[in-house]
Amino acid sequence: MSLVLFDAPGPRARRRVTIWSAVAGVVIAALLVLAAVRLNQRGIFDADRWDIFTEDTATWEALFRRGLLATLRAAALATVIAMPAGALLAIARMSESRWVRSTAAVWIEAFRGLPVVLLMFFLALGFDFSIFNAVVGGLVLYNTAVFAEILRAGLLSLPGGQREAALAIGLTTGQALRLILLPQAIRRMLPSLVSQVVVLLKDTSLGFIVGYVELLRVNRELRDFFGSRYIFSLFLVTAVIYIGVNFALSRVAVYLERRGTAKAAGGVSTMQGAAGADTGGA
Amino acid sequence: MSVRRYRGLATAAVLALALSACGGDDEATTTPVEDKPQFKAGTTMAKLADKGSITIGTKFDQPLFGLRGPSGEPEGFDVEIGKIIAAKLGISPDKIKWTETVSANREPFIQDGKVDIVVATYTINDERTQVVDFAGPYFTAGQTILVKEGNTDINGPDDLAGKKVCTVEGSTPAANIEENYPEVKLELTDAYSNCLEPLRNDQVDAITTDNVILAGFVDQNEGEFKLAGEPFTEEPYGIGLKKGDKAFRDFINDTLEESYEDGSWVEAWEKTAGKVLETPEPPAVDRY
Amino acid sequence: MDAIIDNLDLYLEGFWATLRLTLTSAVFALVLGTVLGAFRVSPVPTLRGFGTTYVELVRNTPLTLVFFFFVFVAPQVDIKLPFFTSALVALSLYTAAFVCEAVRSGVNSVGIGQAEAARAIGLTFNQTMTQVVLPQAFRSVVPPLISIFIALTKNTSVAVGFFVTELMAVGIRLANRNPADVIPVLLGVAFFYLIITVPAGILAHRLERKVAFAR
Repeated sequence: MSLVLFDAPGPRARRRVTIWSAVAGVVIAALLVLAAVRLNQRGIFDADRWDIFTEDTATWEALFRRGLLATLRAAALATVIAMPAGALLAIARMSESRWVRSTAAVWIEAFRGLPVVLLMFFLALGFDFSIFNAVVGGLVLYNTAVFAEILRAGLLSLPGGQREAALAIGLTTGQALRLILLPQAIRRMLPSLVSQVVVLLKDTSLGFIVGYVELLRVNRELRDFFGSRYIFSLFLVTAVIYIGVNFALSRVAVYLERRGTAKAAGGVSTMQGAAGADTGGA
Repeated sequence: MSVRRYRGLATAAVLALALSACGGDDEATTTPVEDKPQFKAGTTMAKLADKGSITIGTKFDQPLFGLRGPSGEPEGFDVEIGKIIAAKLGISPDKIKWTETVSANREPFIQDGKVDIVVATYTINDERTQVVDFAGPYFTAGQTILVKEGNTDINGPDDLAGKKVCTVEGSTPAANIEENYPEVKLELTDAYSNCLEPLRNDQVDAITTDNVILAGFVDQNEGEFKLAGEPFTEEPYGIGLKKGDKAFRDFINDTLEESYEDGSWVEAWEKTAGKVLETPEPPAVDRY
Repeated sequence: MDAIIDNLDLYLEGFWATLRLTLTSAVFALVLGTVLGAFRVSPVPTLRGFGTTYVELVRNTPLTLVFFFFVFVAPQVDIKLPFFTSALVALSLYTAAFVCEAVRSGVNSVGIGQAEAARAIGLTFNQTMTQVVLPQAFRSVVPPLISIFIALTKNTSVAVGFFVTELMAVGIRLANRNPADVIPVLLGVAFFYLIITVPAGILAHRLERKVAFAR
């Protein structure tokens, strides 16, 4: 509850709140029950709409092995390339040379302003990348720019004394960045970075549109193979897998944020949408 | 035409694949794999035979011709034809790398060498012959229209004026409609199977593509859809390969003619599309 | 270049569709998101729970999945929408979750002393909200909202896989028809996206700096 808006409740307020709570609860429960009943009427819960899951493991295997694994593979590769590239781009963005700085700035603004789908199609159609490479490439191009912005925010949030002290003891700018500043920035921005990795994972589903065989596309193939009877059950299982995996990753981000806040007060939290990390990129 | 429960076919397919995974032997094809075939050095055939594997582009979403199941391997008439050609190269079915070639990707994938051949309900037409070569045809289909059972408005392409029709981007049916029936409102997508839900829900009025593809959908969704009118074009299906490779084209044409004679073409048909459709006469190959 | 110029009318059609999608979804998302944000900061636990569940669910779902649901799955349960409407619904429901979070952090960013002082001098709830809390919250909510709007603009490109002829769809169609000119064609598409996202981004930067200074 927001204490900005509401004072601590007295007995009358508490009673009012409980009534409202109950009313809202009843309304929501009623809607859910209604939905369940409607679904049941359509036969969505009949056994023969779920038998492809209960009869054998082929469907599960298809979803996990060909679907989820492909999703994770693309996401992992893209993350591993984009993070270091983002760090380099962030450094370029803060370089002393105005030429390097502005080129980096233009690069970042351009790629952050383009849809990831467009980048994937660009690589697949324009440069004949294989579907997998186009998906990973599109994710890399976009997320390098986003990671760069996150890390730049991190670097800017460090107390200036760090950089000055590093230079004072004789380190070059490069060494100062590498040994002193970047590690601190990364530690501070870890929750933001992990949040962005979750976004990246979600974005692999854009590969669906480009033709990459990931979880959603396997879902569609199974629908084509088994027939429209299974549309709903297949979708539900696919959704649960997607949401489950993303949720698990988000929990890691929350855990890191909590640990970080305890250790390094002043870390920029995920909520402030640092550098656009949590604004809902598809 | 007998209407079978598609589910029966699907379960049989799943079981067959599961069993074949255990036995390590593909029960589906009985075309014998050539043992160390000899080809002239430098030809595509020699290269593929030496490599011991071939990449074939096919459809993954079309019942009867190219449909991929949970195992990841596609099944259908096109798949069987692909296996026949591979067998003549000494490549066994499990060494074939199947790649999905949606309609719009067929030429680019051949040109870039991402696939060696394309057997994917691939209509031979003049425009395409300018960028790729075709062996065959190995089957003649015809464009027609799919509507909901009970629809009496649409009985032919002329009834489509002003209606919303779903088809695939980059396909011959789409080009045909755009050219000859311009009042039709086309909804384009990347795979025909995406059109089924919109048709079911009246978001589009009809789907148009080749009759065999639509027949597969009719069969898969008993009683929901029907074909409207007669086929109004002739769509010869060919095997796409890189332009200029005359030796390879001749080889594939030879293989096809052999399969007409030794019964393997008929066998391939009856194992797949023949379960729903009658067995036609194979068309004569065109060695242009 | 010719490919772009010859097809400029198609580009503009697609661009217009993208704009319509973006602006309409933005309005719905703003309304729904603010309501959800209100739920999340309200003292009623059930409403708070509802808001939190909604946001957590949506934030962990890829947008493609939401689109897929409304176009291919919802008809199974009698929710049959025209394609453009499906896109609108998917985008609005998805973006609303992020608007909710922005609103919530905006409200929470107002110093608690402000609210306490307002209450201490006897302002009613309505007066506190309209004269003290909301104006300050608004200032810190606008930059994230602009970022969300930029993301929404880019997210409309997902509609290309779901029967909506917006800018991306036009690009793909032209790219398929002019295989020799794919790069210029897609650069044209990029241009149209950038003329929305870049100015919006600059605006967000400027506002952020203003807000930071004011605080």
